[in-house]
Amino acid sequence: MFDSQELYQEIVMDHNRRPRNFGSMTDSTATSEGFNPLCGDQITLFLKVSEDIVEDISFEGVGCAISKSSASMMTEGVKGKSVEEALTVFEAFREMITAKSDGSKDSEILGDLEILKGVAQYPTRIKCATLSWHTLQAALQGTERDISTE
Amino acid sequence: MLDVQKIRNDFPILGREVNGHPLVYMDNAATTQKPRQVIQALVDYYENFNANVHRGVHTLSMEATDMYEDARKKVAKFINAGDPDTVIWTRNASESLNLVAYSWARENVESGENIVLTPMEHHSNLVPWQELTREKNAAIRYIPLDNEGVLDLSDIDSIIDDRTALVSVVHMSNALGTVNPIKKLCDLAHARGAKFLVDGAQSVPHMVVDVKEIDCDFMAFSGHKMMGPTGIGCLYAKKDVLEGMKPFLTGGEMVLEVSYEKASWADLPMKFEAGTPNIADAIALGVAVDYLEDIGMANIDEYERDLTGYALNKFIDVEEEGGKLFGPRNPDQRGGIISFDTPDIHPHDLGTLLDQMGIAVRTGHHCAMPLVRSLGVAATSRASFYVYNTKKEVDVLIEGILEAMRYFRDGVR
Repeated sequence: MFDSQELYQEIVMDHNRRPRNFGSMTDSTATSEGFNPLCGDQITLFLKVSEDIVEDISFEGVGCAISKSSASMMTEGVKGKSVEEALTVFEAFREMITAKSDGSKDSEILGDLEILKGVAQYPTRIKCATLSWHTLQAALQGTERDISTE
Repeated sequence: MLDVQKIRNDFPILGREVNGHPLVYMDNAATTQKPRQVIQALVDYYENFNANVHRGVHTLSMEATDMYEDARKKVAKFINAGDPDTVIWTRNASESLNLVAYSWARENVESGENIVLTPMEHHSNLVPWQELTREKNAAIRYIPLDNEGVLDLSDIDSIIDDRTALVSVVHMSNALGTVNPIKKLCDLAHARGAKFLVDGAQSVPHMVVDVKEIDCDFMAFSGHKMMGPTGIGCLYAKKDVLEGMKPFLTGGEMVLEVSYEKASWADLPMKFEAGTPNIADAIALGVAVDYLEDIGMANIDEYERDLTGYALNKFIDVEEEGGKLFGPRNPDQRGGIISFDTPDIHPHDLGTLLDQMGIAVRTGHHCAMPLVRSLGVAATSRASFYVYNTKKEVDVLIEGILEAMRYFRDGVR
C-alpha cells in the first residue's frame, strides 16, 4: 500500500493519461527544447505568439507523470495570456513548487496548477515539474539555447 | 547454505522503516549497505589509531601504517593479485579508470590505433576513452549486442585487430545485469597484442574474481559497492605495466627524492598515491573484505543466483501486465540486477511509489545513457540485489510494481 494523496491526485493522473495540447505545431513562432539528464525527460515546446499574446501552445516529448501533467496544465494555464502574464504564472508556480509559498495567495493565477503543490515535498521531483516551465521561459524570451535542469 | 537472517542482523540500516514500511533496499548496484563491523572499524581507527601513515616514527603512525597496508594485502588476496604492491588505492572505480587513461593510455595509444569497448559500459569506462581517442586521433570500436543484451562475438576478429591498443570491458553490466565472457575477451585481446582492462565494479562484490586466472592487465573497482565505505576504490594492474607507467598525481607520498629542480618517483604502490591517503576508509574496506570472505564469495554468488532466478520467475507476473525485462533471461548469464520498463508508468513515478512502500530501487539511465537509449526508452527501473536481500523482499517488490502499474493504468489499486 502507498500514500499517493499529495503527489498523484486524480487531476494529475488525468493529465498524464490524456495530456492537453499535446503534439507539434507547424505555424509556431518559437520553439524550445528542455531536457532533464537525471531521468531522461525531454520536452519540445511550440509557441505561437502574436502581438504579445500566447495564441497557441503545444508540447511533445517523453516524461514522467509529474513532468507531463505539469506541461499539460501549463499549456492550459498560459494559453490566451500575454507574455507578461504567462511569466507571472511561472513565477507563482515556481514559488509554490519550491515551497516559498503554498500557492494559496496565487490561487487565481494558478488555477488547476495548484494541485501540483504536493511536489514541493519531494525534492527529487521538483525538476520534473519545472522542466516545461523553464522551457517555456526560454521560448518566451526567445533564447535559442537548449534548456537543461542540471 | 548461508544464514541470511544472521547476515541481516549485522546491518543496522536494514532494521529501519521508510515511509512507514520496513526498508527493502534494492539499490545495491548504486551502493551497498555497511555491516556493523565496517562501521565500527571506522570508529575504532579514529578513536584509537588515527595518525598519518608512512612517515612517523611514533607508535600511532606505525600502527596506522600497518593497518593500512594490511588492508591492501587483504584486497590483493581477495582478487588473487599476488603482490600487494599491484593494488593501488584510489577514490573509486572512476578514478581507477582515469588513472589508466592518463598514466598508461596517454603514453601508449597512438594515432590510428583503436580502443575496443562494449555498448554497455558505464560512463566511467566510456568518457575517459572518448577524451583520450579524441586527443590521440585514435578510434573507439564497440562489440555489438544481441537483442537480449549479450555480446555478439561473431565478428570479434575484425573488431579486435592488430591496431587495437586496449580492450576495456565491464565484467557485469550495471544497467542490464549481463555478465560478460571476460576470460575469452582477455585472451582475444592478448592474441592481438592489446592490453585488457576489466571494470569490476559490479562483479568483484558479488562473485569470485581472480585477476590471475583472467590474466587481465588492469582491473578497477569501488569499495562502497562491496560493503566498504565511500571514497575508497582500487586499481589492480600487472606489476611490469605499473612500473612502466608515469605517475597520475604528483606531490607528497609518491616521491623518492626531491630537489628544487626535479623529483624521482617512489616505488609501487606509492608512486600512484600522492598526498595523505584515505587511511580510515582503506582500513574499513579491508574489514569489508574480511566480512565477505567470512561468508565466502562462492556462497554469495550461489545465493544471489538463486535469488535472481526466483526474481526472474516472479517477474513473469509483471510481464503478463505488459512489463519488459532487459538483459539476458538465463540466470547463468547475468547477475542480480533486474532492469525493466513498465507500460503506463514512467520509471520515476514507479520509483516514487515504490519508495512510499519502503522499497528503494534506482530509476533513470544508470550512467549508461547511450545503452538505455538504444533500448528504446529514456529510462529504466532497476532492482539490484545483495546477499542480505530475501525472497520475501522480492515478493514485496513484485507486488509493489504490480500495484503501482494498476494504479497508473486504472486509477485504482
